[in-house]
Amino acid sequence: MTTALLEVTDLVCSRGGLTVFEGVHLTVGSGQVVVLRGPNGSGKTTLLRAIAGLQSPVRGQIKCEPESIAYAAHIDGTKATLTVAENLQFWAALFGAGSIDRAVEAFDLKELLSRPARTLSAGQKRRVGLARLLVTDRPIWALDEPTVSLDEASVALFAKAVEMHLASGGGAIIATHTDLGLQGETLDISQFRSSASMGGAFDEAFT
Amino acid sequence: MIGLLMRDLRLAVRAGGGFGLSLAFLLIVTVLVPFGVGPSGPTLALIAPGILWVGALLSCLLSLDRVLATDWEDGSLELLATSPLPLEALVAVKALAHWLTTGLPLTIAAPILAVLLNLPGPGYPWLIASLAVGTPALSMIGTFGAALTVGLKRGGLLLSLLVLPLYVPTLIFGADTVRRAVEGLAPGTSLVLLAGITAGSIAVLPFAASAALRVNLR
Repeated sequence: MTTALLEVTDLVCSRGGLTVFEGVHLTVGSGQVVVLRGPNGSGKTTLLRAIAGLQSPVRGQIKCEPESIAYAAHIDGTKATLTVAENLQFWAALFGAGSIDRAVEAFDLKELLSRPARTLSAGQKRRVGLARLLVTDRPIWALDEPTVSLDEASVALFAKAVEMHLASGGGAIIATHTDLGLQGETLDISQFRSSASMGGAFDEAFT
Repeated sequence: MIGLLMRDLRLAVRAGGGFGLSLAFLLIVTVLVPFGVGPSGPTLALIAPGILWVGALLSCLLSLDRVLATDWEDGSLELLATSPLPLEALVAVKALAHWLTTGLPLTIAAPILAVLLNLPGPGYPWLIASLAVGTPALSMIGTFGAALTVGLKRGGLLLSLLVLPLYVPTLIFGADTVRRAVEGLAPGTSLVLLAGITAGSIAVLPFAASAALRVNLR
């Protein structure tokens, strides 16, 4: 049995006053990957945001080491007027990781380094966003639809990067609709769909 | 933190970053006022401190919607929030970067622009001093306003409505410092009160702004 990096117990989350899911249990151990599946609106993003600490759960516990989650959302957070190298160096400096070489190599960005991010295609931008994960040096990756707009070769690069991350003792939880060919547990989040709404607990005064 | 500061400064001077925008705005205001009021020297000298301070205030406001909104739009604000940097430090660095790209250039350029408004001689050192002491408060209060409105589409107008009333004490004591110096009174008291407002904003508002950000990111 590997050690658990992340443990989620009996998690209930709401979005816009409605309970999205309840009673979610999951464990991500060292070297393990959990693939989240489920139709649109079933709460994949909400779960990942809660794990990343961007959203507080209604009930339940998320146990992990502090500052061990690297989160990647639908949008990459690349700055259009900075070059690819400047973008990655900024994140590396912020997370205290030394060099961006490993990330550049893993996502084949060498030829794009000096290009401003606004001139990149959607898939190239995505690759820069995913390369950011490697410069964070954090053990758990929480990824929201990481393969959107990637071509087959890039998906393969990404799958290889995840495998390398797992082999070095990390864990990952990935919401995706594409098959990455990773050996791991699949969790269908729609089975936790809430039966009742919270009723009256609005968190916005004017909508 | 230095990495974030350097990134924000770099973004400000690149295309569409808005560096120089506030400076150009203040230049236009000071050029337009004599057209509107008339070229009479004594009248201009009378209103110069007020016009310069109101101009500085409005030009600070101009670039506030870039402080956090652009980071929100491209998703980097969420990623910054999950980084090792505490949100309080993030907000403080953002305010510092805003001051370095607007408040500091305004302070340096204001004496040159004051010539256009016929500001009397004794006012110049105190104009520089009051702007140097007062503009950090403008950036800090503005960043707080930006944190409050960060999730809203087209939040710029609401941001102005929220922030401008909070600028009133800074405006009163800033313009008063220069006016007293021009009239030959002791300007020190106003300047100290201005410094007090700035120190208070820097001490309290990073925490208030990060609390607002936490709510808006949820």
